[in-house]
Amino acid sequence: MKTNLNIITFCRIKNHSISINGKEVIQKDSQLTFSEFAKLVYKEKAFAYPKFFKMDNLSKLGFLASEFLFEKADLDAHIKENIGIVLSNKSASLDTDRKYQETINDKANYFPSPAVFVYTLANIMIGEISIKHQIKGENAFFVSDKFNELLLEQYTVSLIQNKKSSHVLCGWIDVDKDKYDAFMYLVAKEGTQNYSKEIIKNIYTTN
Amino acid sequence: MDALKKELKESIIEQLNLEDLNVDDIADDDALFGDGLGLDSIDALELIVMLDKDYGIKLTDPNEGKAVFVSIEVLAKYISEHRTK
Repeated sequence: MKTNLNIITFCRIKNHSISINGKEVIQKDSQLTFSEFAKLVYKEKAFAYPKFFKMDNLSKLGFLASEFLFEKADLDAHIKENIGIVLSNKSASLDTDRKYQETINDKANYFPSPAVFVYTLANIMIGEISIKHQIKGENAFFVSDKFNELLLEQYTVSLIQNKKSSHVLCGWIDVDKDKYDAFMYLVAKEGTQNYSKEIIKNIYTTN
Repeated sequence: MDALKKELKESIIEQLNLEDLNVDDIADDDALFGDGLGLDSIDALELIVMLDKDYGIKLTDPNEGKAVFVSIEVLAKYISEHRTK
């Protein structure tokens, strides 16, 4: 499908590395757990957002990707406010669901954690990103077996063509135990790098 | 009582993920909510779970919670008077 839309910027986080537009900006020790890696990056970048430490790993991953992406894109506040968000993954909130289950497994030691429970939905990550950046546009979260470039393209094109949003934050943010993979990109009419499902799939597989 | 206050500060920092704080940053009479430590409603629920899990105290009346979670000083006094473990 020809979209007449462009990719403004993209961010990839995997294997203890963070890259922006294909250029690696952070690389850490491969022995670190995801939590340790995320904390190191947070401290190094001095994000000054204490709520980060209360988030589950999925939200932390989405938060980090969006921070790097928005830092690079440098959008005006009035554009940010209207951004649409379309994210996806394979594991939904399974990583946190397991942690919550651990708090209720034993009837003799039954103490369900409210702070863990609030993250037992994958789209909470979108809420965290929206709160941080004051985003009030439409959003959707899809669960699929693998990165589905067609689904994301259709939803993104619809949001922009129907003037619901001028910019759409899209991508794949997946966490399951210590496996994690984030691919986030920003699409809009402006920009110079053409957006299509073929192009974005190629970026996803080669970065 | 001082040992209990220190234990409470350590538990609150760990269980509420207050990464940027250490025990010395929390005064005994600091407000836990509002302008003090800035805890939120989910933190309040976690504190209720902590009271039950660590001290065998079940808080069922929300108004009682408001009175108990004023500060470390007040919380430690309440725990020392009501703990069952």
